[in-house]
Formats: sequence, C-alpha cells, structure tokens
Amino acid sequence: MSSILVQVIVGGLLLGAVYALFSSGLTLVWGMMNIVNFAHGDFVMLGMYAAFVVFTLFGVGPLGGVPFAALLLAVLGVVVYFTLIRDIMKGPMLAQVLGTFGLALLLRYSVFWWFGADFLSLPQNIVGGTFAFLGLRIEAARLLAGVVALVVTLGLHLLLTRTTLGSKMLAVAEDATAAQLMGIRPDTMQAIAWAIAAGATGLAGALIATFFYIVPTVGETLGIVAFVTVSLGGFGSVPGALVAGLLIGVIESLSAYLIGAVYKDVVVYALFLSFLWFRPQGLMGKI
Amino acid sequence: MMRRVIWPVLLVAIVLAYPLVFSSPFEQRLGALVLLYAIMASSWNIVGGYAGQVSVGHVVFFGCGAYAAMGAYAHFGLPPVVGIPGGIVLAVAIAAIVGVPTLRLSGHYFSMATIAVAELIRLVVTNIDYLGAAVGLSGPTVPRNIFDLSFISALPYYYLFLAVLVLTLLITWWMANSRMGFYLRAIRDSERAARSLGAPASRIKLYAFMLSAGLTSVAGALYALMFGFVDPDSGLGLLISVKILIIAALGGAGLLFGPLVGAVILVPLEEISNSLLGGKGAGLTFVVYGAIIVLIARFQPGGILTLINRELTRRAKPQDKEKTLAAGASHAP
Repeated sequence: MSSILVQVIVGGLLLGAVYALFSSGLTLVWGMMNIVNFAHGDFVMLGMYAAFVVFTLFGVGPLGGVPFAALLLAVLGVVVYFTLIRDIMKGPMLAQVLGTFGLALLLRYSVFWWFGADFLSLPQNIVGGTFAFLGLRIEAARLLAGVVALVVTLGLHLLLTRTTLGSKMLAVAEDATAAQLMGIRPDTMQAIAWAIAAGATGLAGALIATFFYIVPTVGETLGIVAFVTVSLGGFGSVPGALVAGLLIGVIESLSAYLIGAVYKDVVVYALFLSFLWFRPQGLMGKI
Repeated sequence: MMRRVIWPVLLVAIVLAYPLVFSSPFEQRLGALVLLYAIMASSWNIVGGYAGQVSVGHVVFFGCGAYAAMGAYAHFGLPPVVGIPGGIVLAVAIAAIVGVPTLRLSGHYFSMATIAVAELIRLVVTNIDYLGAAVGLSGPTVPRNIFDLSFISALPYYYLFLAVLVLTLLITWWMANSRMGFYLRAIRDSERAARSLGAPASRIKLYAFMLSAGLTSVAGALYALMFGFVDPDSGLGLLISVKILIIAALGGAGLLFGPLVGAVILVPLEEISNSLLGGKGAGLTFVVYGAIIVLIARFQPGGILTLINRELTRRAKPQDKEKTLAAGASHAP
C-alpha cells in the first residue's frame, strides 16, 4: 500500500473518532428515550462557536475552549430537556420531529444572525504544527482531537456499562415505569442523559474547531453524519457508534481522495440509504 | 341554517376577488405565493398529516416538477407545462424507491431517510451539467406564445394556482373519505391494531406517499413557471422541505384546510418581514420560524385549526357539537 493511502486512512480514523464521539450522544438519547434529536448537528456547531468565542475573548486555545464548550452544551442539553423534550416525548411523532427541527433552525439562524455567514477559523497552528511519525505526516490538531474523542467515547461506554449511574440509565431506557418502582427517577436520569449527550457534542465541536472551518450551516452536514453513524452502528449502542464512526471517517477520506472531495458526502449518504434498504438494524444493533 | 350557507359563500367570494381588490403587484404576488405554498403543504398533508409519516425531504418531489418543466424548455424547446407529466412520473418513482424500504420501519427512519435522499439528490444535481449544475435551468425569457404560461403580472398565476389548489383539496377530501382514508387514520392511531385487523399498512402508506409526491411535483412545476428558473437551492434546498412542514403543522396536519390556514398566516409573515428587513432579515426570519415551530410542537401540536375547532365546539349549540367535534378530534393532541 502506498504511503499516501495509509496517510489518508489514518486521517480518516482520527476524524472518525470525533464523529464517533458526537454520534454516541445521539445514540444515547435515541436508545434511551426513542427520540431523534434533529438539532444534534447544530449542538456540535455551537460547540465550535463556543471554542471560537473563548479564543477571541481570552486568547485561550483548546485547553480552555474544550471544557468550556462541553460545560456550556451540557447545560443547554438540560435546559432543552426540561423546557421542550420532556413534553414532546409524550406527543405525536410530528411534534417530536417538529420540536427538535425547530430547535435546529432556531440555533442555526441565531448564530447566523449574530456571527454572519462568513467562514471563521481558529489560527492554523493553535495546537502545534504538523510532524512526521513513521513516515506519516500528522497534524497535531487532528491527532489531539482523535485521541481525546476516542478516550471520551470509551469512557462513556464504561460509564454506561460499569457504574451504578449507567445501570440506572439503562434501567430507565428499558422500562421507565418499572425503574420508577425501583426508586429511580426517570426524569433525573433522562436529564443526565441529555447533559451527557449535549456535553459530548460540545466537546466534539470544540475539538473539530481546531482544524475545521466554522460556519452556521456546518451542523446540517454533521447532523447527517451523526444519523448515518447511529443507524450504521445500531440505536443505543455506543460501541456500535464507535466502530461506525471510524468506518465513516475512513470511507469519507478515501472517497475524497479517490473520486474527489465533492463526492465524499454523496458516498456517505448513499451508504446510509443502502443500509436502510438492506440492514436497518445497523451493524451491531437489534430492533 | 342561513349562517352555514353565508360563510362558505363569503369565503369563496373573498378568495376569487382578492387579486382584483388588492391589485398592486406585491399583493397579487403574495396571493399567488400563499396559494402555491398551500398546494405544497396540502400535498405533504396526505402523507405527513393523514398517514402520520413525517417526510422532511419533500423538496425532492418539488424539484422533480421544477426541473422537468424547465428541462422541457431548455433541452427540447417545448412549453414548460409539457414537462409536468414527466415530473410526476419521476416523483412517484422516487417516492416508491424510498418508501418501500423505509415505510416498513418506525417513523424516525422515514424522516431521516427522506432528508438523506433530498440532500443526496441536491448534491448530485449540483454536479450534473445537463441539469445546469449550480446555475440551474431557465425558462423562456420572453413568452413565445400563450402555452409558455409566462406572464409578467401575477394575476394569471393566482387563478391557475387556485384551480390546482382546489383540485388538490378535492383529491385529498376524496382520499380521506375513501377506504384508504379510513385505513390511514387507523394506521396513524395504532399501526399494530390496524395491521391485526387486516389493513395493508405498508401498502397504504406507500400509496399515500406516492400520491403526495406526485401532487408536490405539480407544485414544483408551477413554481418554476412563475419564477422562470430553477437552481439547486430554490428547487432542492432543505429549507423548502422545512417550510412545507411548518405551514402544514402550523395550520393543522391531518385536517383538510389546515395547510391552507398555515399558508395564509406564514407566507405573508415571511414576505413582509423579508421586505422590511432586507437581506439581513433572512437569518432573522428563520429564527422566528424556528421559535414558532418549537412553540407549536410544545404547546399546540394539533395546529391552529384544531384550536379554532375546539373553540367553536365550546360555543356551538348542543346539536352542532357532534359535527365540529368530529372535525376537531381527528388530530387532537
């Protein structure tokens, strides 16, 4: 294999880890409450702008921007849960789609109105430049983003499977009424799930911002990437989201390299639709 | 008894006389746009409201019609109207291809699949030179004869759109009161129960989707006729899908006149805010849109018409109660 191809694949894996991180937020909420958050991509977009604002106001790089964005989005997640999600969850399907879709528009165009439609970006070498490793040229920003995202996604998986809090959340996902009879508050658990899910998007957004352009409509594309990842990985499965995220990162990079950057989204969408045709339960999920 | 006759007659008179009374170009254009969006939202209503399958990619069908109409002129020199049947066939075929796998699954899949298809097709069309790529296709700049249906005034479009809207509503009404309509309502309330009683749920949902797609493509062709061009943004942009969805939901999804009520409220709101705020207003318009949708979803998922129906029921005399209730209950939260 040529070294360029390896380079492309490694780049895809690093990007895919970030995809996995914000997609695991979507899969958590979806699997637990059976609600699809159409504003998920716009949460990532907010994370990117949060990192940008932290940098322009305080001159602090990702070290300050990433925790700030995660915290800000986690708070937003809880607020959205209590003001909107809790009520539309009980409503008809149309209300669920409309509610989160309306939220997406509200967030996207508030940012558009405030910051304008210009492409923004953080300074190129905010994390450190590019270095050579085993003959590969690796951007420090992408490496940092990929590694942090991978660690946090694995941490999320451990949180869900190895801790009491995780068990409580899974219990609510299984049967909210039964969980309530066991003394678990579904409301609290679902609010925590929203905090984690939105916090993960904030974290991911701030990480992507170190090497990606920042624009209000970026959430649209990233939101679809999250949908594709989740449906590929299976609903409610964090390991599934991890595998699918890495896979999509690699497929995107390869198709951009082999057939042209314009078609990388086309390939991802087509892949998504063919999965809906042939294996709607995803790679690792069950319906 | 008299009041029952007077109100509909008065409404019909107002609709027919509107462009003659409010005859400035802005007002006539506004009236035509309200009707056009009412056609689109009413078509969406068949699958989104009556069948309860929330399509977020309806712009694809709109684009089929718009591109077919402009393509008939740009490539074959035919009047754009001639492209309409082709657009319908294309839209119905796409609906079948997307609908067969996704309508078997739970509702969210369908919503997501429709978004993905719409974005996929927009990206592909943007790169196809035959379809004008990013620039799009144009209609006749100067009308060659009456069949080009190219007018400077919005007045002819107003009556053309009105006729199509009436036809769309008649088809919807006929469908809602046929066997298919009863199946759809049963499926929306509980698909499992409907299936166990022998309703062919997947097939009926697919038919509704295909019917809705065909009608939406007609609306797309009409849009292209009036504006004289189509490009990937105006013919396949996600925001058009969103607008269709909002109009139907605001008025009342699953009610015959819901989308019309939504269009009468929302389209003037947008046109006026755009003309007042100019370019900078575009962002703000969608902020307001977003806020409106969130509020509807949170407080009144049945739409405004449901609210009005309930109010009428409260005031109605006891013997009228049953009738208004039946109209209002079909999508009460």
